[in-house]
Amino acid sequence: MDNILELQNITKVYGTSVKTQVLTDINISFKKGSFSSIIGQSGSGKSTLLNIMGTLDEPTSGKVFIDGTETSRLSKNALADIRNKKIGFVFQFHYLLPEFTAIENVLMPYRISKGAVDKGAVERAKELMEITGLAEVMNNNATKMSGGQQQRTAIARALLNNPDMILADEPTGNLDSNSTENIYNLLRDINEKFGTTFIIITHDRRIAEMADRIVEISDGKINVDIFK
Amino acid sequence: MKLSFQIAKRFLRSNLTQTIIIILGIGIGVSVQIFIGLLIGGLQNSLVETTIGNSSQITVSAEEEEGLISKYEPIIKDIESADNRIEFVSPVLDNPSFLATDEKNQSLLVRGMEKAGANSIYSLSEYITEGSFEKGENKVLLGIALKEEYDLQKDDMINLITPDKRTVECKVSGFFDLQVASINESWCITTLENAQEIFGTGDEISSIEMQMYDENVFEADEAATKITKKLDDDSIVVTDWKTENQSLLSGLRGQSISSLMIQIFVMISVVLGISSILAITVMQKSRQIGILKAMGINNGKASLIFLTEGLILGVFGAIAGVLMGLGLSYAFSTFALNADGTPVVDLYIDKGFIALSGCIAVAACLIASLIPARRSSKLNPIDIIRNN
Repeated sequence: MDNILELQNITKVYGTSVKTQVLTDINISFKKGSFSSIIGQSGSGKSTLLNIMGTLDEPTSGKVFIDGTETSRLSKNALADIRNKKIGFVFQFHYLLPEFTAIENVLMPYRISKGAVDKGAVERAKELMEITGLAEVMNNNATKMSGGQQQRTAIARALLNNPDMILADEPTGNLDSNSTENIYNLLRDINEKFGTTFIIITHDRRIAEMADRIVEISDGKINVDIFK
Repeated sequence: MKLSFQIAKRFLRSNLTQTIIIILGIGIGVSVQIFIGLLIGGLQNSLVETTIGNSSQITVSAEEEEGLISKYEPIIKDIESADNRIEFVSPVLDNPSFLATDEKNQSLLVRGMEKAGANSIYSLSEYITEGSFEKGENKVLLGIALKEEYDLQKDDMINLITPDKRTVECKVSGFFDLQVASINESWCITTLENAQEIFGTGDEISSIEMQMYDENVFEADEAATKITKKLDDDSIVVTDWKTENQSLLSGLRGQSISSLMIQIFVMISVVLGISSILAITVMQKSRQIGILKAMGINNGKASLIFLTEGLILGVFGAIAGVLMGLGLSYAFSTFALNADGTPVVDLYIDKGFIALSGCIAVAACLIASLIPARRSSKLNPIDIIRNN
């Protein structure tokens, strides 16, 4: 199986006068269609690592390859295009646009890439919202939904452009244990149904153990990397 | 473009009160600009109208003092063909004389003019208070001040003493009030034929008077130059109101400049105001811009959101401003009245100026939104994600 994502010698240092080394010489790759979790203490650098994987942040040194393309030489607009087409993000906070309805939020990545939505896109958005259990609240304003619904809307949005991989940073961090399990089952189903690669940050070992691979980050380094 | 427009629209709608306040702010700036522009325009128009509206704007007369022009018909034809900005042309014969009364001799300027010319240049028919401008032997109109001073009545007979000391009896056919004291007490108006008869000049005139079309009033000097060239006659001089009213012109220029300065400063304050408000909007919406950027919106489209906001605010602000400006102008002309009930300044609607003010407001809003647009393009999504 090919690698969808590969990180070579990634180092990240914050600050100019007072330097804080967050990541040290990270080498890791992820295969297409894999379902991995990244765990670690708070402040261990796992979120920074995920942001670098998703081209939202730049490494201080090292290279990131997405689907074989080295990203450091790409322009900001080219990176934006990669994020739009190849990567879906799910954050701890849902980050929905409060000015738009749930379905409009789900359709936003498509609108960013194509300008206007066509019937096919709307059908796909509806299908994804049904899969994520949002059929009833499609036309609700993003702010008028429960926390679980908002997070599931964010997942549907991340899936809309059929991305190669979904990067999720504590996607259930704000949810109760019941909703957490539902969301994980949902992500797993999507992984199996669409073959989407998942890289999920969590601090919950129980949840992490549901993944095929567990990577533990400690003090900015890979401490454990277990394939199941 | 469509996406940026829709996001901008939603952003503005999501905080409707703030949007309305911004639009009102722009509107007030534009309305002040329009109100001042129209007020000064109206003021200048009425000043020009009062000063030269009822007088000759270009005058052709003989070079020699008190000289007469004979064979004036071809000259009038030449003038009419020289410049198409001239609306009326009227031959006039002016002669000094005395009104002989029992107590004293009052000096008079007897002005012989054609009825059409008198009505078009001096709007005489509007100012006749009693009687009418009649054709007929030795019938004359007198200024209203003479009626009061010498207790004259319509159809009274008066004696005029000509410069060659002849006394000619004339009949008063009426009185006029041209609203200028010096004219009301010294002018005696009669037909051109009568004047030629009274003073025995034959078919000669002393000057040819002209008025331009309203929109060309300020081009009188150019027209005068063209007429001089066309006539090409050293015995004739052409004068125009602009050359003879330099102080009025410089006053009008000063007024125009000060009006323009006020408008420019109002516009600058509008631009600065909008710019700072839109900059705050970028901060308010930075989370949303960060999310959109994480989802892959490029910097150009992110900037376009705020340019579009500027455009929408500018268009609505300009519409509000035009309506408020017209309302203010209308209210001013309705409620600011002279003692006789006429408006202090007549309502003057200059469609071109209003349209230009609206366009300037829209352009100013677009310029004002450049700074926030730039800030939005520079916003890094990771700052939003990291600092949630």
